[in-house]
Amino acid sequence: MSAVSIPVWQSLAGGALIGAGAGVLLLGNGRVAGISGIAGRLLNGTLGEQAWHVAFIAGLVIPALAIGSGTAQLTGSAPLIAIAGLLVGYGTRTASGCTSGHGVCGNANLSPRSLVATITFMGVAMLTVALRHLAGAA
Amino acid sequence: MTAVIALVAGLLFGSGLLVCGMTDPANVLAFLDVGGQWSPSLPLTMAAAIAVALPAYAYARRTGRSLRGITIEVADRPHIDGALLWGSSLFGIGWGLTGVCPGPALVLVSTGTPNAVTFAVAYVIGVYAVDSLSVRGASSRRCGTASATAFF
Repeated sequence: MSAVSIPVWQSLAGGALIGAGAGVLLLGNGRVAGISGIAGRLLNGTLGEQAWHVAFIAGLVIPALAIGSGTAQLTGSAPLIAIAGLLVGYGTRTASGCTSGHGVCGNANLSPRSLVATITFMGVAMLTVALRHLAGAA
Repeated sequence: MTAVIALVAGLLFGSGLLVCGMTDPANVLAFLDVGGQWSPSLPLTMAAAIAVALPAYAYARRTGRSLRGITIEVADRPHIDGALLWGSSLFGIGWGLTGVCPGPALVLVSTGTPNAVTFAVAYVIGVYAVDSLSVRGASSRRCGTASATAFF
């Protein structure tokens, strides 16, 4: 897999859309646009809340289904991907948030907890990539 | 109405993920790989998202209500605890191994590729493991819960 360089305007416009989605959910419904929280509650929530969780997740995937997600591919061996999925599910649930809940919403709320979470998962992820390089993989 | 608003919010969020390219794990890994051809695209995206969401959160903090009058429950701000650090670290390992976090994972699984489905099944098992073992600290909260709270 190789990344193509993304134009700055595209990063900013995409980010602005994500922030707008978070803002609409907060100002409209009083809820936090944390994907791990919404997905987790979908698996394990009350019926009343599940309706809007389903609606939000439908909205999240409709653009990709409509125009395609381009060349996006999850590559790697099946065991590696399974381990990563377990860690992401277990970790974001334990930390009560992920790149959206802590990284976008919590930081926009100026929460010290979310800033610490963001620095932690980014730092550990960078370290993981570096260690894999050292080990000769990827 | 709540579902319609959630749908619109999801559409904005999902469109944003496509526009910024972060549904593609290669673009995420390009940021995480500080020793390679480092790309600042992810932090640029995150900064733009935070900048746009910031006024909405400031309004919510001040009024405690959504524009439709729904109470945004103001919780005590839980302190930084072991669950936050431990959970974020484990998430970081999984994120670094694949370049996939929950939002892009949902988008990828909608395309139905075997790898994305494997990731999603493992993700669900991980979530259930936490819920059944109740290892999360008493003070920790889920974002987006019924009682939730814009205040992490």
